[in-house]
Amino acid sequence: MLEIKGLTKRFGGLTAVRDVTTTFDKGRINAIIGPNGAGKTTFFNLVSGYHKPTTGRIIFDGQDVTGLRPDQVAKLGVARTFQSTTLFDKATVLDNLIVGHRLRTTSTFWDVVLNTKRLKEDEHRCRAKAEEVLDFVGLSSVAHHLAADISQEERKRVAFALALATDPKIVLLDEPAGGVNPEETLGLAELIRKMIRKGLTVCLIEHKMDMIMSLADKIVVLDHGEMIAEGTPAQIRSDQRVIEAYLGADYAAA
Amino acid sequence: MMSKTWQKPLLAVLLLLAIVFPMIAANDYYIYVMSLAYIMAIAAVGLNLILGYTGQLNLAHAGFMAIGAYTVGILTVDYGVPYWFAFVVAGALSAIIGFFAGLLSLRLKGHFFSIFTLCVGFMIYLIIEKSDALTHGTVGIIDIPAPTGIGPIRFDNTWSQYYLVLFFLVVSLWLMSRIVHSLLGRAFIAIRNGEDLAETLGINLMRTKVLAFVLSTFYAGMAGALYAGFVRFIGPAMALESHTFDMIAFILVGGIGTLFGPLLGAILLTWLTQSLQFLQDFRMIVFGPLLILLVMFFPQGLIGYWRERQARRAAASMQDRRLQRSVVGSQQEVGTNA
Repeated sequence: MLEIKGLTKRFGGLTAVRDVTTTFDKGRINAIIGPNGAGKTTFFNLVSGYHKPTTGRIIFDGQDVTGLRPDQVAKLGVARTFQSTTLFDKATVLDNLIVGHRLRTTSTFWDVVLNTKRLKEDEHRCRAKAEEVLDFVGLSSVAHHLAADISQEERKRVAFALALATDPKIVLLDEPAGGVNPEETLGLAELIRKMIRKGLTVCLIEHKMDMIMSLADKIVVLDHGEMIAEGTPAQIRSDQRVIEAYLGADYAAA
Repeated sequence: MMSKTWQKPLLAVLLLLAIVFPMIAANDYYIYVMSLAYIMAIAAVGLNLILGYTGQLNLAHAGFMAIGAYTVGILTVDYGVPYWFAFVVAGALSAIIGFFAGLLSLRLKGHFFSIFTLCVGFMIYLIIEKSDALTHGTVGIIDIPAPTGIGPIRFDNTWSQYYLVLFFLVVSLWLMSRIVHSLLGRAFIAIRNGEDLAETLGINLMRTKVLAFVLSTFYAGMAGALYAGFVRFIGPAMALESHTFDMIAFILVGGIGTLFGPLLGAILLTWLTQSLQFLQDFRMIVFGPLLILLVMFFPQGLIGYWRERQARRAAASMQDRRLQRSVVGSQQEVGTNA
């Protein structure tokens, strides 16, 4: 699904990501873990086109996407969420989601001026999509709430919904459970499993180890920009380098 | 939803008021001032698209209004081109120059974009002021002909010009309403909310921002062209950034990122300025504190404040209805079970 070959990103003298090679398989939950500053978000930024890699290749669905712009990558089917989602607080949740499907529509400025049938169809499709993804993430009940009035956990779900509205093949989730309580974390984990059942591929960054260990099919560990380990949760838990760099002796014993 | 049912009647009443205004206005001077407010409103509506909806503070807006005004001035006075032909050229030229200026300046983000456009505006001012042969330099252009009549309608007095300007104001607002309520408008708003997120949703940032910029400069050019035919005298000072700041004040007072905010702001501030005329330069002593109070207590502007209350009430009523429906639904279920 997603192949990373020798990916390196240097910012001046700092190497944020160093020679990372890995693959993320279709229909799996892949996790990226590592201490703060390990280059996890930079890695996402490279895959989604915000940064151009210094060297290395990114192959998505058999197609080389290295160096494409974020909107081009999005059109190919790579969606992502951010640690904090910037919503338009004065509009409803549903209103915020409608733009998410814009990239799959074709109406132009002239369609807007002439109010053509194509525009109306596009707007109808975008609204239907917004309702569909809102239902998928379980937020239909707050569709008409103002975005300002929803909870942190609901905001996280809206971020998922926005990503899903783009009709992606893979979804990159940046700390999907950051700032929500343990119970809500379980709910979000279930939502991620639901995305997999729908045929999506997921790649997430997360610090909540319990969630990762029970959820992920594959874990990639970054430290100082380098991939120090990859494998199943069981393999990662017993990896000496990972324990030293990130998990700590306590976790390994547990 | 409730708000939408009486939105149309409200608009009709406002339009009717605008139509009867000249008949109830005490003298021609009031009609003149109101027309001027409408022209400034058209320019401000355009600025609001790039500033309020797309989130890019373009400080060269007055420069583009001057380009429109000077296109009409130069073509009609020096080349004897008919007003309406010059009018069309003015809009097109502002948009074309806007396209290239946008392509260049929108490579910068945030404050850098604003500072760059401040310079673009000043360059437009300097070019107008220094090109004596083309623009008559500091003297400006005088005796610009009034818009020529269309069929039996003449635009040679304040009344008819008022209606001409009102017509263009209505068209401007109608077109803007279409734009901002469409998918395209949603893309602009997405960029304002967060460029990174917008890009992730597959919105081509550069193309979308340039489109918003070009449309806003087109509005500025049209407003400038109307201004030239209405005031009939133009000078290089109209390109200065202080005029852009006037328009920003209109937008802030009326409501940033709202359709009618710039219009309300333009009318309120124009009349306030007029009524404080007797204070001369001291009017800023009244003006400044008023603006500060407004920004403190109505940071979204007057219409923005009103809209937020409306939205909250609509959200609440939707919620109520949903609750009622679910209560009724469960009662029915109970009924059928029994």
